[in-house]
Amino acid sequence: MPLIPLPRPSPRSYGEKGQAASSPLPIAPVGQGNRTGAASPLRPASGEKVAGRPDEGRKFEIDFNGFILMPAATNTKRNLVTAALVAPAAAWLMIFLVLPFIAMLVFAFGERAPEGGYQAAFTFAQFARLPTRAAAFWNTMVLAPVGALLCLLVAYPVAYYLAVKADPRYRLILVSLVVVPFWTSLLVRTYAWMYILGSRGIPNLLSMIGFEDVRLLNTPGAVLLGIVYGYLPLMIMPIYVSLEKLDRRLLEASADLGARPVSTFFGVTLPLSLPGVMTGVALVTILLLGEYLIPQLLGGGKVFFIGNALVDLFLQSRNWPFGSAIAVTLVAVVVVILMVAMRIAFRVAGTRQVDLV
Amino acid sequence: MTKWYRENAPITAEQLADELMRLKRGSVTRRHFLGVTGLGLATAVLARQPGLFNSPAFAGDRGTQMSIATWPNNHDPATFEAFQAATGVAVEVNVFGSNEEMLAKLQAGGTGWDLFVPTNYTISTYVKLGLIDELDLSKLPNYDASTETARFTNEGVVDGKTYAVPKNWGTTGIALNSTKIKTPVTSWKDFFEVAMTEADGRAMVHDYQLTTIGNALVSLGYSFNSTKPDELAKAEELLIKVKPHLYAINSDYQPSMRATDAWMTMCWTNDGAQLNRDMPEIQFVLGKDGGEIWSDFYAIPKSAANKAAGYALLNYLMAPENAVKEHIANGAPTTDSRVMKLLPADVTGNKIVYPDEASLTPLEFGAAVTLTDPGRAELMARFKSA
Repeated sequence: MPLIPLPRPSPRSYGEKGQAASSPLPIAPVGQGNRTGAASPLRPASGEKVAGRPDEGRKFEIDFNGFILMPAATNTKRNLVTAALVAPAAAWLMIFLVLPFIAMLVFAFGERAPEGGYQAAFTFAQFARLPTRAAAFWNTMVLAPVGALLCLLVAYPVAYYLAVKADPRYRLILVSLVVVPFWTSLLVRTYAWMYILGSRGIPNLLSMIGFEDVRLLNTPGAVLLGIVYGYLPLMIMPIYVSLEKLDRRLLEASADLGARPVSTFFGVTLPLSLPGVMTGVALVTILLLGEYLIPQLLGGGKVFFIGNALVDLFLQSRNWPFGSAIAVTLVAVVVVILMVAMRIAFRVAGTRQVDLV
Repeated sequence: MTKWYRENAPITAEQLADELMRLKRGSVTRRHFLGVTGLGLATAVLARQPGLFNSPAFAGDRGTQMSIATWPNNHDPATFEAFQAATGVAVEVNVFGSNEEMLAKLQAGGTGWDLFVPTNYTISTYVKLGLIDELDLSKLPNYDASTETARFTNEGVVDGKTYAVPKNWGTTGIALNSTKIKTPVTSWKDFFEVAMTEADGRAMVHDYQLTTIGNALVSLGYSFNSTKPDELAKAEELLIKVKPHLYAINSDYQPSMRATDAWMTMCWTNDGAQLNRDMPEIQFVLGKDGGEIWSDFYAIPKSAANKAAGYALLNYLMAPENAVKEHIANGAPTTDSRVMKLLPADVTGNKIVYPDEASLTPLEFGAAVTLTDPGRAELMARFKSA
């Protein structure tokens, strides 16, 4: 799961101290241990304030799961506990994210060995060749946001229905149904689409009503369809969560003040659900930037994402340095896009908290 | 509370099913599974009964699992089942679409393959890179070099040492669905023209530099194996021009041809024979302007974890009575005269499998240089990402 730098959470979320020592990364810096857990920008404890009481000059705090943290006997002990809690995740990220990234960075400045692979060197040649993958970059930069927006268009009404309109008695079941597809591998579900879109699927039905030889599979449209299908739950859930928290009294107030339903939606509901929308769009876009499977299966190896170009460079051309250069560039591009998008998102959504489900 | 009749059983049916699913998902180890279900103990006890689950003739340190890397639709699944029944070793089959992909995996390491199927032109590179072992022919009593056709087997021998033994030979031709395509296609030049016209959106090329670039070169009148930059540039121009008209770039084209999603494809002999056998309207033709003739080999990676099982399977496959079943199912022509004698007349008389010698004349064996040539590798990658 990509890490999304989040802004400092609003003060009300974390007790009365008024300033959450939040780091943009979800890991608390070890040694800053007087706030175990508070550094995580995940969901706040439903926003309520907990009155602290004096206790050796310290306050009780509420961590992100709503547990009350008791002030520890000594800071050293707390630091140790914090370190122990953070260590597994930190080690994981170090071994599987930071070190590989450093290796990739080193490779990116190397050369392809004569038989393929990596050969030590220091050259910018790989970066100079990036334009040869411009088409794949372009494809990715267009299809990823378009896919995310299509996802949003489909997901919003569903999330709205689930959160606002659905009978509360069935809500849990309906929400579960959204998640049920995740029980099956995306690979299997995407294969199913290959049959639905293939000649014996929809085109076969179309031929019965006179449309012969319609081709749906291995087109950009098929890839988009696969993307929307595959990532829909990831879009529905954050929007659902932000709509569920919506205070109905605001809608009643809006109606009482004479707003028509449409104005209420655009003036109250939509703005209040923007954090969820932004989270969903960011989540889906980021995942799509690295997408490989869906274009491979539903695009026939022709509709190329940068992820496919990467696989090709490592598994066919065996040009590890060029592959590394592309991967490093992709990471840089994603980080930049994300920073810009988040900045815009927070300007739009004010200082509201963005949740990651 | 009454005592349920299965209370003393080591594991309930539900628990067993749960554990089995966990094992299949890979979230528990085989060792854990056997331990927790009691099957390990049961197997250990049963295994002591000679002749019940094991055959003394095959006793050895082969374990129960091995892995082979091969090509799509390249084997008769019954072969591996029979091998497992005979030896107790289950064979995991990994399928690849190009020799480059196999090489990439072996170079990166950790493949877990105990046997794999490289094509003739790659073997010298594998030897040079130290990725395969010289075969210990004493462990392959079923292999007989004297009954092999030298033309198809010589590339398995490097510096007088046998590194690979032949599986079968074949060609790379054109498969087309004659109910959909009426224009006669007899050459690679025709192939690319029809791909842009009558078969617009319905033609497939391999996800494989050797054949896709090679056949594009042939259609332009150049050598299948050319690495000359100016000729490759022409081939790239052609491929980029064709790309928007293609159905897919994929070496596993049988599903698409069978579903009639695709109407024409670059096709290996064995796939051509299989497709034509099940769907007579799919024809297989060789390019009269050239193309590839090849032979596939079996080799054992240096990194193989279970070489004993690799040798056992290889020796099993080299036995003519087993090989003949493979050849009938797979549809590729044999290099072994012992197998040839056992093949039924409808196979040996099949012009797709055993074409006239004259039609083979323009074909070329792949050259080792194409495997590692950066120009061809990059061209293929550019073509795909264009």
